[in-house]
Amino acid sequence: MSDDCAFDDLVADLLDKLGNTHERLLDGPDVAVHIRLGKRWLSEEQLARLKAAIEAKKNLRVASVESDVVPRERLFDETGRLKMVRGIVRSGQTLYHDGDLLLVGDVNPGGTVAASGDIYVIGSLRGVAHAGANGREDAIVVASHMKPTQLRIAGIVSRPPEEGGLDETFMEFAYLNNGIMQIDKISNLNRVRPGGNIHRGE
Amino acid sequence: MGEAIVITSGKGGVGKTTTSANIGTALALLGKKVCMVDTDIGLRNLDVVMGLENRIIYDLVDVAEERCRMSQALVKDKRFEELYLLPAAQTKDKDAVSPEQVKAIVDELKRDFEYVIIDCPAGIEQGFRNAVAGADRAIVVTTPENAAVRDADRIIGLLEKEGLHGTRLIINRVRAKMMRSKDMLDIDDICQILAVDLLGVVPDDEQVIKSANHGEPAVMNPNSPASIAFRNIARRILGDAVPLMSLEEKKGAMARVKKFFGLG
Repeated sequence: MSDDCAFDDLVADLLDKLGNTHERLLDGPDVAVHIRLGKRWLSEEQLARLKAAIEAKKNLRVASVESDVVPRERLFDETGRLKMVRGIVRSGQTLYHDGDLLLVGDVNPGGTVAASGDIYVIGSLRGVAHAGANGREDAIVVASHMKPTQLRIAGIVSRPPEEGGLDETFMEFAYLNNGIMQIDKISNLNRVRPGGNIHRGE
Repeated sequence: MGEAIVITSGKGGVGKTTTSANIGTALALLGKKVCMVDTDIGLRNLDVVMGLENRIIYDLVDVAEERCRMSQALVKDKRFEELYLLPAAQTKDKDAVSPEQVKAIVDELKRDFEYVIIDCPAGIEQGFRNAVAGADRAIVVTTPENAAVRDADRIIGLLEKEGLHGTRLIINRVRAKMMRSKDMLDIDDICQILAVDLLGVVPDDEQVIKSANHGEPAVMNPNSPASIAFRNIARRILGDAVPLMSLEEKKGAMARVKKFFGLG
């Protein structure tokens, strides 16, 4: 059916179509109905009316509703997605994001970055980073200069050894290996956490 | 219309008051009309360092509560015609005034003075909020210690939140020898963490303690290293490009001869 006609016409049309269908189809076992709205956007109320119209037939059940239209709030809502932030997280400040977090700037000692997903720091990580803050154990912390006061992934807390060792200049990432915090060179990321969009060259 | 600069640090004991006294005096020495404001209510020190304690009649709280006129509370310096101090009250505490009252006082002073130097108390509570309320910009004082740098970082963050940008840094009590032997935080390390412009480096100098105890700011002594550092800082505040002075201690003639022969 057309996705630019009036909603009331659409419902009337639909009821008409369903009313004229062979009895056999409507008498059989439950049929799952998938609604594709195309470029139409329905309010909650309209959606409820549409579902009611379909489910009034005794063996039809609405299984899914799909639309090509994304509401404005969801388009700008960064929940669960990558958020990029620029600036310095200074002592006493906390930066939190529900999703993956990309910070372009330093995290100073006494500052905290936390995310429900991964944390990527383009800069020096000298403060505290808490990835997978809601319990995701597969989350990672990546930093171009990894000198944290403390690292946390999900419920595991780890601090660097008392003696700093070498002042490495290459990019590193931290991850949980069977509940133990480990740090590795960024080039080993795909080996440790395969998946996602991996660049394989052409 | 003058400029109000707050001198702050977060941590106590890093030299805020000494820095305020010396910058204020150095600016007066360069011919500027300066007023210093002590906002450390209940623990006032600036008057002691300046040697003006016995001239105080009214204070900042009296002005805020309109018990006196501004001109009655200002204490004129004994060395310079154009240097004044608005002392803090010693009997009250930080809650005796509000940020709005301090801002009104500073705005009034800015009409008469080229520079208003505000000495901020330690901490991040009411006293800090009072001190920064009227400021146009801030100078953060730190020493080459982790704890002081950590607090300076916190303060810079709070200043940004208050809408004060372009904060500049003074590293106080620097010992060249300890820095060389890596027993003290490096100037570069500190600047890298705090990521603000460096206004000056002040060497650790016994002369500073001596002169503060005599109620005479160290800049009045033309030869001490700290005095030269504070004079340079004052010139940088006026916009002059003054290079950072070398932290090397002056070596004796014998050491120079040794060095010449490659023995040093």
